Amino acid sequence: MSIDTLSFDTSGLDRIVSPARRELWYRSYRRFANQPMSVIGLVIVVTITLAAVFAPYIAPYPEQVGSFTDFANAYHPPSLDHPFGTDSAGRDILTRVIFGYRIALLLVAVVLGLGVPVGVMLGLVAGYAGGWVDTIIMRITDTFLALPPLVLALAIASAFEPTLEIAMFAIASLWWTWYARLARGLAASLSDEEYVQAAELAGASRTHILFRELLPNCLSPLLVKATLDAGIVVLTGASLSFIGLGVQPPRPGLGTMVADGTQYLPAEWWISIFPGFAIFVLVMGFNMLGDGLRDLFDVEVEQ
Amino acid sequence: MPRIGQILRRLSGMTVSLLGLSVLIFVISRVLPGNPARMALGAMASDEQVAELAAEMGLNKPLPLQYVDYMRRLLVGDLGQSLQTKNSVAHDLVTKFPATLELITLAFTFMVVFGIPLGIIAAKHHGGILDNATRFFAFSTVSVPSFFIGIVFQLVFGYFLNWFPITGRLSSAYSDEVVRATGFMLVDTLLSGSVAAHVDAWSHILLPALALSFSGMGQIIRITRSSMIDVEGQDYIEAMRGYGLPTWMITDKYTLKNAFVPTLTILGLQYAWLLSGAFIIEIVYSWPGLAKYGVQSVLTSDVNAVVGVTMLVGFVFVVVNFVVDLLTSYIDPRIGLAGESA
Repeated sequence: MSIDTLSFDTSGLDRIVSPARRELWYRSYRRFANQPMSVIGLVIVVTITLAAVFAPYIAPYPEQVGSFTDFANAYHPPSLDHPFGTDSAGRDILTRVIFGYRIALLLVAVVLGLGVPVGVMLGLVAGYAGGWVDTIIMRITDTFLALPPLVLALAIASAFEPTLEIAMFAIASLWWTWYARLARGLAASLSDEEYVQAAELAGASRTHILFRELLPNCLSPLLVKATLDAGIVVLTGASLSFIGLGVQPPRPGLGTMVADGTQYLPAEWWISIFPGFAIFVLVMGFNMLGDGLRDLFDVEVEQ
Repeated sequence: MPRIGQILRRLSGMTVSLLGLSVLIFVISRVLPGNPARMALGAMASDEQVAELAAEMGLNKPLPLQYVDYMRRLLVGDLGQSLQTKNSVAHDLVTKFPATLELITLAFTFMVVFGIPLGIIAAKHHGGILDNATRFFAFSTVSVPSFFIGIVFQLVFGYFLNWFPITGRLSSAYSDEVVRATGFMLVDTLLSGSVAAHVDAWSHILLPALALSFSGMGQIIRITRSSMIDVEGQDYIEAMRGYGLPTWMITDKYTLKNAFVPTLTILGLQYAWLLSGAFIIEIVYSWPGLAKYGVQSVLTSDVNAVVGVTMLVGFVFVVVNFVVDLLTSYIDPRIGLAGESA
C-alpha cells in the first residue's frame, strides 16, 4: 500500500472568500452533520477535552486524585456518591478517570505536537528534493516503520526509569515516521502540479514552495490522519502504562488504573472496568471523528 | 508474476532494512543513558564490579567496534546471556517463540474467519442496518484497548460463566503427560495422545486468541467491505449481470477474487501486527511466550534479552512485508513491487 495513491479535494482550499466558497463550506457542514457517527465522535472528543481541561472544577472529589487514602471508603461498588465506585485506597474512580483523561490528552498533544511538524517537514523536503536526500530520509523512516511503535517504545523505555515523561518521549520519537511518509507522498505527487511549476518559473524560493504552495495542500489529509492517530496514541500510551512503563502510581493514568484493578478481579471489577471503558470511549470518539473528516475532505489515508 | 530483477531489488531493500534495524536497536541498547552493566548488577554493586562486568560485556570499546562485535555475534545467532533467566537469549527465544506463534496464528485464523464474512455481509447490505451494525462493530474493535477486552473476556467467560480458565497454556494436571516436542501445545498434546490434555490446551488458548484477534478484525472488515463494493461497481461485473449469470456465481468467481488483493495486503500486515498486540495479551493471560518474556526483560532492564526480542520482532515484520509484496504482485501483476516507486 502506498501513499502515492492519495486523492484529495483541493477545491475547498482556494484562498478567495466568495459566495461559492461559503456554499462549499455549508455543503461540507451538511455532509458532516448528516453522518450521525461523526457528530457523535465530535461530541465525545469535545466533551472529554472540556472535562479534562476543567477537571479540578467538575470532578466530584478532586482532592482524591493522587496519594489520597481513605481506607474506610475503599472498594465501594458504583453508587450515586461514587458512580464508578472507589478503589483499594478509597479514592473516587470517576474523579481519577477525569484526571486520567488529562494525562491521555496531554500525551496526544505532546506526541502529535512534536511528531507531526517534524515528520511533515522531513517528508516535504524528501518529496520535493528527491534524489539522495529523499533516499536517506526515507530509508531512516522505513527502518523506524519496520518495528511496531509499541515494541520500539518498550525498548526505548527500557533504558530509562519508567515515567510518564519517558513514555511520552519514547512514543513521540517514533510518531514522526508516519507523517514523513504521508507528506513525502503528497509532496512528490504535488510537485508535478502546474501551480507548483508556475511558482518555480516565477522564481519562488524553495521555502516558499514548500510552505506556501505544498504544505497548505497537504493539510486536509494530515488533519484526518492526525485525528485517527490520536486514538492510536492514546491506546499506545495506555498499553505502556498498563505494562508498568508509563504513568506511575499514584498518578491517575488510565492504563495504570486498569492494571492496578486486575488484582481485585472479579469481586471488585469496577476498579479495572471503568477506566478501561473510559479509554475505549475516547479512542472511539477520535476514530469516529476522523472517519467523518475523511469523508468530508474526501481523502484516503493509510492507517 | 514478478520478474527476477524485481525480486532481487526487493531482497536487497529488505537487507538494507534489516541492517538499519540492527543499527537502530544497537543505538537504543548502547547509546541511550543508563549503564547496562550497572543495571545488570543492581544498585548494591561496587564500582569495581560494574567496571569488571562492563569490560566483560565489551562496553569500554569504541562504539563502532562494539557494533562490529555485536553484528558478528548476531550473524551466528549469539545474542548473549539473559540476566534474568541465566540462559542464552537465543535459547530463550527459541523456547518462548512457539507459544507466541501458536497464539497469533489462532488469533489470525479468528480474524479471517470472522472478519472477511462480516465484510462481505456489510458490502452485500451496503447502506442497510446490517452494514451500519458491522461498521459500528468494526469501529469498536479498532478502538478497544486489547488489555481491556482481555480483562472483559476473563471476567465474563472465566470468572462469571466459568467456561474457560483465565491464565496459562495448560492445566498443571497435564503438564507431566505432555511431551514438549514442537513447542506448540495444541500439537504436542495430540502427539502425546492425550485427548483430555488437547481439549485443555484449546480451552486455554481460545480466550487470549479471540481477544487478540479483535485488534485487527475491524480493519479486515472495512477493507473487505470497501473492496467488495469497489469491484461490484466495475463494468465487467455489470457485464456478467447483463449475461444473466446468477449473483452467487458472480460473487464467487469474480468479485471475491478481485476484491481479495487489498484484503491480502492488510492480512499480511495484520499477522505481523498481532505480534505487537501479543505484548499486551500475554501479560493479561500470563501466556508464557515471547512477548511476556520481552516485557519482563524490559522491566528488569535485561539488555541482551530486550535486544533479542526486538530484533526478532523486527525481523518478522520485515520478512512478512517482503512476502506480502511478492504475493500481491503475483496475484495482481499490475501492482508493481512496493519500494520501487519510493
